[in-house]
Amino acid sequence: MKRRDFLKGCLIGGAAASLGAPSKSWAVGSFEGYPDAMGVLVDTTRCIGCRSCEAACNKEQKLPEPDVPFDDTSVFEEKRRTTEKAYTVVNRYETNDGQKPPYRKMQCNHCNEPGCLTSCFVNAYTKTKEGAVIYNGNVCVGCKTCMVACPFNIPAYSYSSAFDPLIKKCIFCYHTRLKFGKPPACVEICPQEALTFGLRSDLIKMGHERIRETPDRYIDHIYGEKEMGGTSWLYLSRVPDDQIGLDTTLGNEPVISNVKDFLGMVPMVLTIWPALFSGIHLLATRNKDHGDEHHNHSEQEDGKK
Amino acid sequence: MQTKGIWLAGVLVVLFLAAVPDTSRGITVPDTVILNTQSKLYEPFTFNHAKHIQLTKECSNCHHHTTGTLVQDPNCVRCHRNSSETQEVSCKGCHQTDSFSATAMHEKDPKTYHKDKPSLKAAMHRNCLGCHENMKGPMGCQDCHQRTKEGDAFYYSGAYAPKNKPSKGEHNGH
Ligand code: SF4
Ligand code: SF4
Ligand code: SF4
Repeated sequence: MKRRDFLKGCLIGGAAASLGAPSKSWAVGSFEGYPDAMGVLVDTTRCIGCRSCEAACNKEQKLPEPDVPFDDTSVFEEKRRTTEKAYTVVNRYETNDGQKPPYRKMQCNHCNEPGCLTSCFVNAYTKTKEGAVIYNGNVCVGCKTCMVACPFNIPAYSYSSAFDPLIKKCIFCYHTRLKFGKPPACVEICPQEALTFGLRSDLIKMGHERIRETPDRYIDHIYGEKEMGGTSWLYLSRVPDDQIGLDTTLGNEPVISNVKDFLGMVPMVLTIWPALFSGIHLLATRNKDHGDEHHNHSEQEDGKK
Repeated sequence: MQTKGIWLAGVLVVLFLAAVPDTSRGITVPDTVILNTQSKLYEPFTFNHAKHIQLTKECSNCHHHTTGTLVQDPNCVRCHRNSSETQEVSCKGCHQTDSFSATAMHEKDPKTYHKDKPSLKAAMHRNCLGCHENMKGPMGCQDCHQRTKEGDAFYYSGAYAPKNKPSKGEHNGH
């Protein structure tokens, strides 16, 4: 409850206007997220690594030409991360159980209580009632705090255009699909239905049901049901989660608890904003090395040029 | 082709060509079925049903509980121990072409057990690929369906492959 009060106090008070959702929703929201929040159940036991979801995302989000074709499987030789040019990537993981290596699609997990949102000085992020975590590129100042705050290392920084939003990440196809009740492009194209779209609450039931019905196929855990306060995108796996690159050290407390003090700055920032701007900018520049660790190195280099 | 049983695997589909003469129920079993008629990214193709009948012998390998040997899966048996063969055995008879809508899952009869039923596309891919893997059948996308020009563009492949391929290690490097 404490956390909720805190949220109300800081987020609503400071920035209700920039949150698309009415402040009431925040107040009644629980750690289960919005009651009507949608989600996607990613069943990694079904994924065949065809990368169709990557191609579909590229088209739907009008992303630039990829470096290699979407049917090129050589990409699996590396563990890729989401970038400004690819809001979702599929990776292959080697396991030691002698079975065929599992694949896992990654993208923004659309947290119930997103670290990116709570850490953003200018409140560029919105958690919509449909469950999507979207952002307003017009207000983003490129401070990259969200990149550091995201426990899943998702937001990527865009150097390519002065007009595009600076931060880039999966938006759950909010503007073109989710808003209208339609499934995301990546979900729709998946030939294996490794991705199932539905109400988050239904997906959790469905996930547990799959585990119950075919216990040999899954470990008894839905990643994202509780992790970091819960996420809209959920994962089922045959092998322990850390073997498919899911961070099992995060715990179930949302990022909010960790950034409390930090978050306390928000209202102040909003009032004495102009004076602070240069300070934040300095901070961002100084943090650049830190950001490099988490993000595409080659792009960082390019960006400096 | 030893089994009786209703066969009518019209899947996404147009039924095609000569059918095997009557089975015991007077329902015909197609030798071939045209699949994938709706896709823009891949061409339709002719599924050789007769060959698969010969290869697998057992109808229920693909048509699970609807024909051939009846249900054995311990989960299904809980309700279907005494279920007989069904009238409808085509894939599309049970698996919807469009299973996607935000509320679809909620609108379904809450008493229905089979809520987690895959769409037609997924049912076929999972059934075919699952078996192909065990039987060493073809696994590549284009082993079954050729990509269209639009598909090539979509995947940035073939004639649409990225021209300025960066040197190895630069792209996606982490
Ligand atoms: S996964 Fe990261 S970017 Fe996505 S909502 Fe959660 S904190 Fe934000
Ligand atoms: S939900 Fe939309 S934006 Fe996110 S990975 Fe899928 S296609 Fe891309
Ligand atoms: S489209 Fe589906 S099966 Fe193909 S890589 Fe993506 S999640 Fe896996």
